[in-house]
Amino acid sequence: MTIRNPKDFWSGLLFLFVGGAAVLLAQKYPLGTAFKMGPGYFPTALGGLLAVVGLFAVLRSFIRPGTAIESFHWRLLSIVTGSTVLFGLLMRGAGLSVAVPVLVVATAAASVYFRWRTALVLAVGLTALSAVLFVKGLGLPIPLIGPWFGG
Amino acid sequence: MELLANLSLGFDTALTLQNLLYCFVGVLIGTLIGVLPGIGPVATIAMLLPVTFTLAPVSAMIMLAGIYYGAQYGGSTSAILINLPGEITSVATTLDGHAMAKQGRAGVALATAAIGSFVAGTISTFLLAAFAPPLAELALKFGPHEYFALMVLGLVASVVLAHGSLLRAVGMILLGLLLGLIGADVNSGAQRFTFGVPELADGVGFVVAAMGMFGLGEIARNLENEATRTRLVGRVTSLMPTREDFRRMVGPILRGTFIGSALGILPGNGAVLGSFTSYSVEKKLSKTPEQFGKGMIEGVAAPESANNAGAQTSFIPMLTLGIPSTPVMALMIGALIIQGIQPGPTVVTNQPALFWGIIVSMWIGNVFLLILNLPLIGMWVRLIMVPYHLLYPAILVFCAIGVYSLSNSTFDVHLMALFGVLGYVFAKLECEPAPMLLGFLLGPMMEEYLRRAMTISRGDATTFLTRPLSATMLAMAVIAMVIVLLPAIRKTREVAFQEEG
Repeated sequence: MTIRNPKDFWSGLLFLFVGGAAVLLAQKYPLGTAFKMGPGYFPTALGGLLAVVGLFAVLRSFIRPGTAIESFHWRLLSIVTGSTVLFGLLMRGAGLSVAVPVLVVATAAASVYFRWRTALVLAVGLTALSAVLFVKGLGLPIPLIGPWFGG
Repeated sequence: MELLANLSLGFDTALTLQNLLYCFVGVLIGTLIGVLPGIGPVATIAMLLPVTFTLAPVSAMIMLAGIYYGAQYGGSTSAILINLPGEITSVATTLDGHAMAKQGRAGVALATAAIGSFVAGTISTFLLAAFAPPLAELALKFGPHEYFALMVLGLVASVVLAHGSLLRAVGMILLGLLLGLIGADVNSGAQRFTFGVPELADGVGFVVAAMGMFGLGEIARNLENEATRTRLVGRVTSLMPTREDFRRMVGPILRGTFIGSALGILPGNGAVLGSFTSYSVEKKLSKTPEQFGKGMIEGVAAPESANNAGAQTSFIPMLTLGIPSTPVMALMIGALIIQGIQPGPTVVTNQPALFWGIIVSMWIGNVFLLILNLPLIGMWVRLIMVPYHLLYPAILVFCAIGVYSLSNSTFDVHLMALFGVLGYVFAKLECEPAPMLLGFLLGPMMEEYLRRAMTISRGDATTFLTRPLSATMLAMAVIAMVIVLLPAIRKTREVAFQEEG
């Protein structure tokens, strides 16, 4: 048994797992009847269908050939998502004037053209722009300087 | 004559100074993001949702609509000049458009794209005005059975129109439907799939999911090929097509418009399929099909007309049925609901100024776009030169602030990051995100209609087949599914989608 279509195999496995988990979790909610459906009815049906689709994809991956999966660039992905997470952690406490430049510099590091000077200039520019646009212009209730710094 | 009265009401609404301004701002932003590869209308409209809270409903919709069809114009500019489609709907344009640019005919290609888009935009505006009201009238007769059947049909259509594997597209829809169920159940109040997280009680925000998958996930993918991004070839010289060029573009533009309009109504991403289909049709009709890909003007005129027509007719199901057919339309519905307007068949009669104002504004927007894209093309050419490493941090900042400001929630920002990872992984597995987002939106609605339908018919599922309208729609769904599964059709479909590569 060799996997001939890795895209089918892995997506199938994912569907099978999520579908199965949904069916199991949905058993905690009353199923009801077709006449009067409970909160467990629809998720159980959907989860079951998803698991069947997943199983079918996994089985098919051994029969029908497909192309290989492109390589994952985990470094890029983790920089982009990591800097977003950092922004989320900083926004409420430190405010926009800290969270935005941190986000810009951290995410700019993902580029092959990263230079400290450019990144810092970009950070200052985007912070000023978003302060003017979102806080002053649109009046969104976002602190420029958060409570951590006495804002 | 009623149509004329309605259109004049539309002109009264759309021609106020304020609405003209928002229409212009919309198409300007649309062209901007269309020209820039790596940022699309979904992420942009999601980012701008908070801005629209403060506007009048008509102005908000006019601006958001302008962004969507404006992006279709802008997308062709980068497709032609740097062989990089600004939007996926412009992928087909790269084939012949960029070849024309290499031959020094970039200006003619750009002019063809703009003229085609304008003609398509004008015709499809009239189609929208003619077909939307009768459809809304029909939809007033819909009960829960019909709505459920319609959603099944819509989801099947989005599978049929999705790129790549049908099976994986079905999986993505089911996954989306399940994700849509997260949160409190409307009927019983039961907390489903919330894992005890209080922020999930209201469900996962659509904007959060869309920005994660289309914003963050895309950035990570674009950064992979950062070093190999092509640069501008040649200069834009003469914009004016020759008499021969005009003669050759008439047929493709008209055919592209009708193919695009028809496919645009369908759920999924009709505008994408429309551009490929019309390209293939031109290739089949041509006496010199081997010349396609080497700078045929027909290969630019047809897909660019089709994508613009499709973008406009995709408003039909949203405005008449209140059902989103694409992620962009879902955001529009969100914007309307925030304004206190429930989209559906009653909008035509209860909000005529809104309905006809939007339609007429589309035609006005197309006039703006023609001006923006032809005489001012030099401005956009310079914009394409902005390197991606300066652009993506800005996109990320707007996504992050946009999501945070939805409910001042750190949790939403982190959830967006999670969806970014999901979007990236799904892209690698060639699982289309659009069917998933569609399922995500329709999940709660489908469950609700299914429950009501089953209660009305006392648990008897056969009523779906005995009510004529719902039976027709379900039959259409089955036929569509069978047709794509037929071996002969499946081969053509696979070939059609391969041409984009």
